[in-house]
Amino acid sequence: MSSKSSAKDLVLDPIFNNNPIALQILGICSALAVTTKLSTSLTMSFAVIAVTACSSAAVALIRNKIPSSIRIIVQMTIIASFVILVDQILKAFAFSLSKELSVFVGLIITNCIVMGRAEGFAMKNSVSDSFFDGIGNGLGYSIILMVVGFFRELFGSGTLFGFTVFAKQSAGGWYEPNGLMLLSPSAFFIIGIFIWVLRTWKPEQVEEA
Amino acid sequence: MTDLFELFLRSAFVDNLALAYFLGMCTFLAVSKNVKTAIGLGIAVIVVQAITVPVNQLILNLFLKEGSMFLPGYNLEFLSLICFIGVIAAMVQILEMTLDKFFPSLYNTLGIFLPLITVNCAILGGTLFMQQRDYAFVESVVFGVGGGFGWALAIIGLAGIREKLKYSDIPHGLRGLGITFIIVGLMALGFQAFLGI
Repeated sequence: MSSKSSAKDLVLDPIFNNNPIALQILGICSALAVTTKLSTSLTMSFAVIAVTACSSAAVALIRNKIPSSIRIIVQMTIIASFVILVDQILKAFAFSLSKELSVFVGLIITNCIVMGRAEGFAMKNSVSDSFFDGIGNGLGYSIILMVVGFFRELFGSGTLFGFTVFAKQSAGGWYEPNGLMLLSPSAFFIIGIFIWVLRTWKPEQVEEA
Repeated sequence: MTDLFELFLRSAFVDNLALAYFLGMCTFLAVSKNVKTAIGLGIAVIVVQAITVPVNQLILNLFLKEGSMFLPGYNLEFLSLICFIGVIAAMVQILEMTLDKFFPSLYNTLGIFLPLITVNCAILGGTLFMQQRDYAFVESVVFGVGGGFGWALAIIGLAGIREKLKYSDIPHGLRGLGITFIIVGLMALGFQAFLGI
C-alpha cells in the first residue's frame, strides 16, 4: 500500500482483498467464542473497530517520539487504555451484554489485529491514514464475525438478533435446532468454509502449502 | 485433592483454552507447521502460564480488589487489565533473562518463542478466567498448569496432523489455512468428548 492510497481504499481493501482473518491469520483468538449470537458478535465488532481505529491513530500521533526499543510496551499500554475505556462503557450502558462477552472484551488487548496494525501500519503512516486503516481492518474482522454469528444463531437456535426465524419444534414449529452450531467446533468449520469460498472467488489468495 | 485433580482435567481437556475458547489462535495456527517447534512453544506456554496466573492472582487479591490487604480503601479493579498485561510482559522478560543466564541450552530452544507469548491470548485469557471464576491461590496454580498443558497438547496434536497433511490431495481453494480450520474444528469435537469425565 502506498502512502498516497485514498481513505476509501484503506477502508475497503482489508475487507475482501486483504482480510486480516482469512489471509493474515490475525486476531481469530478472542472473537470466535462470542459468535454464538448475532447481538454479541455485533457488539464485539464495534468494540474491535473502535479500539483498532483509536489506538492506530494514537500510535501514529506519537510515532516519532517512541523509542524503538520500548515501542511494543508503549503500544500495549495505549491499546490497553482504549480497551479499558470500551470495557467500562459497556459495563455502564449495556451491562447484560458485557456479562455475556465476559473476558473477551479484555482479550481485545492481545488481539493480534490491533497490535499488528499498530506495529505494521501506524508506526509508518500519518494519523488519518492509520485511523482509516484501523477502521478497515476492524471491518474486515467484523464481517467474518457477523457471517459466523449469522449462521451459528440461525441454525443453532433458529433466531436472528433474538427474533424467531425458524419456529422451533419445542415451541410447536418445525425446526429442530442443531446443537452442534452452539459448540465451538462449528465456528472453525464455518471459517474454514468461508476461506474456501473467498479463495475460490479470488484464486490469487491461495497458498501453495 | 480430588477437586484440584478435577480442575486440572477440566482446564486441560474440556475447557481447553485453544479449542473451546479459541484462545491463542494466532500463534496456534501460525506455529503449528512442524512438531518440533510446536513442542517448544507448548512448553513455553505451560511455563509462562504456570507463573503468570498465580502471580496475577496475588496482585489482584493483595492490591486491586476492594478491601484488599494493602490498599483496603480502594477498588482498583478497573486497572486490572493494564496490570495483568504489564505483569505478563515483565514475567516473560524475566523468564527470558533467567533462562539466558542459567540454562543457555533451554534458552536456545525456547528463546524465540518467548516474545511471541506476551501477545498470546491464551496467557491473558487464563488470567482473566482466573479473575472471573474467583480462584484461590492453589486453584490458580493448578488452573495455570492445566490450561497451559491443554494448550500444548492441542498445538502438538495439530502440528502432527499438519505434517502428515503434506501428502494429501486437498481441493485447491481449501489448501493451507482453510483445511487447517476444518482440522482444528474436528479436533475441538474430539476434545468435547472429554465432557463426561
